[in-house]
Amino acid sequence: MIEHLPALMIAVPLFGAFVAPLLKKKGSAPAVWAVIITGVTLGMALLLVREVLAQGMMVYVFGADKPTLVLPSGYRVPIRIIFEVDAIGAFMALSATLMSFIGAMYSYSHVRNETGLEKYYALLLLLEVGILGMVLTGDLFNLFVFLEIAGIAGSALVGFRNYRGEASEAGIKYLIVSAIASLMVLFSIGLLYGQYGNLNIAYLSTQIGFNTVDVIALGILFTSFAMKCGSVPTHHWVPDAYTEVPSGINPTLLVATYASLYALFRVSFSLFGKVSSGMSSVGWIMCVLGVLTMFIGVTMALVQKDVKRLMSYHAISQTGYMLLGVGVGLAVLNDPAKLAAFGRDAMAGGIFHIINHIIYKSLLLMTAGALFYVTGTRNLNEMGGLARKMPYTTIAFIVGAAAISGIPPFNGFASKFLIYETSYQLSPIFAIFAMVTSVLTLASFVKVFASAFLGPPVKKYEEVKEVPRSMVVAMLILAALCLLFGLFPNVVLDKLVYPAVDALLKLGSYQTWGGIL
Amino acid sequence: MNNVILVNLPFIVVALLLAVGFYTIGFKRNLIKVVIGIEILEGAVNLFLIALGYVKGAYAPIYTMAPKDAVNNMVLPTPQALTLTSIVIGVAVSALMLAFAVNIYHHYGTLDVTKVRRLKG
Repeated sequence: MIEHLPALMIAVPLFGAFVAPLLKKKGSAPAVWAVIITGVTLGMALLLVREVLAQGMMVYVFGADKPTLVLPSGYRVPIRIIFEVDAIGAFMALSATLMSFIGAMYSYSHVRNETGLEKYYALLLLLEVGILGMVLTGDLFNLFVFLEIAGIAGSALVGFRNYRGEASEAGIKYLIVSAIASLMVLFSIGLLYGQYGNLNIAYLSTQIGFNTVDVIALGILFTSFAMKCGSVPTHHWVPDAYTEVPSGINPTLLVATYASLYALFRVSFSLFGKVSSGMSSVGWIMCVLGVLTMFIGVTMALVQKDVKRLMSYHAISQTGYMLLGVGVGLAVLNDPAKLAAFGRDAMAGGIFHIINHIIYKSLLLMTAGALFYVTGTRNLNEMGGLARKMPYTTIAFIVGAAAISGIPPFNGFASKFLIYETSYQLSPIFAIFAMVTSVLTLASFVKVFASAFLGPPVKKYEEVKEVPRSMVVAMLILAALCLLFGLFPNVVLDKLVYPAVDALLKLGSYQTWGGIL
Repeated sequence: MNNVILVNLPFIVVALLLAVGFYTIGFKRNLIKVVIGIEILEGAVNLFLIALGYVKGAYAPIYTMAPKDAVNNMVLPTPQALTLTSIVIGVAVSALMLAFAVNIYHHYGTLDVTKVRRLKG
């Protein structure tokens, strides 16, 4: 049972996705079904994390009982579809399943009045399948297939409110970006396949040189995944998509974005890890992109009037921190002294920031969804005095805003502090930009808090009440997680984040499938 | 000289198709034309994969009634399998894009990408 977990992680939500449309005309049955399926998947992800941390890497081969099986002709390269789950894959799988569960729970009330809900939940589960496939697979072509699944499901959900023209506009933008990015990924997979005749990442990484075609393939892969994870200069789809998607999908869509970030790290550290001396300039490029992303994101956010759009620009800006943290690690990858001194901690900061950001940004986008639910508008200028009417939402918002601005004792502080400290040692300018970004982030959230929650009450909203219970529960779970991760960062760092960082750094164990080969 | 061009002809076509595809996506204003550009791009990538899978003098990987000298001289079927999967995915992507385009025309009354700009700032 345990050894089949990687396959079950895909199979269960896929089964759920195909059953969900059958529950049409059964009231809230699709919603309950989605909560059950995502809950089961979350349980399996916890088991998977426990297993990977205790036993090391899990290798699952489809169509054979063990990965060392060779063909009758004695051809000794991996030809089957192989899932390779190491600590970072398990870490991302846990984030994805947790956020899908919270999103499904929040959606139960949030989209109750829409039509076509069975399709909504089917797409939500399909999006989860796409993310899980991307983070668990050890095969380049599989990565492409699941990238496309996540892209199609995600953009269909962005256009879910199809009675609004804006939703279709955001949906087609997202779909065009993701279609071009994944076609280019396929193209560079073709380049690599043509040279080395294989698609398995572990096998390819033992073979790879650094000739011109490899550099072209790396460039295309890097650009495509950077496009998909919303880094500057191809960040334009992010605010539109995050604004138009229903708030219950936001957590899952965020993880879908970071699955592309994971793919970027996987390509840089595992696929091209052998040529680490050539990769340090890629690390510098990643750092510079990160700094630009965080700064441009936050300055764009400051001028927004739409509350969800403001938070979406912050999502761009926070992606910059992750790029910076991991980029610092990549830049010093071939220098063991510097890697031990600050590179490993920088990567830990970047990867810890992924889960922290997913938690608090989902929380903030959900509070924005709650504001939209009660007021019917997202314009900050039309809101006011909602703090007394919606106490739980207000608490959740304050926790989220404090966390995103990096105020102790919330979780944003823990990871941002690691990034400041370590990026300062690579180049002080990076650290200065990171801190300025944090200050500007705080400034823009003070603006949201003052105009939506404080101020004179608006007559139109005298009758409003707190949002329904399932939305409140989802928000409070996330707020509690913000506080827990901030109070005990060492536990999370030791149990989840440092194993994930070491999984990226230990190329040898990835190439030999944890010693099986 | 002539031979080099002939052998590399599929790859030259791939490069041309990629250029045409990117030009169409970047410079055409009509959404349907942008979708067509993505389809051209997809055609280029699929052609690239198929061209990779062809080995001169090798046999197709079908064992039934294969001649004797084919046994150790068959191409790997992987690129063909990749292309089939990519075509199937491409159908889904283009269907969804066209559905979005129809919906955008319904709401905005135009398919000009410079006029479909309610989301900005």
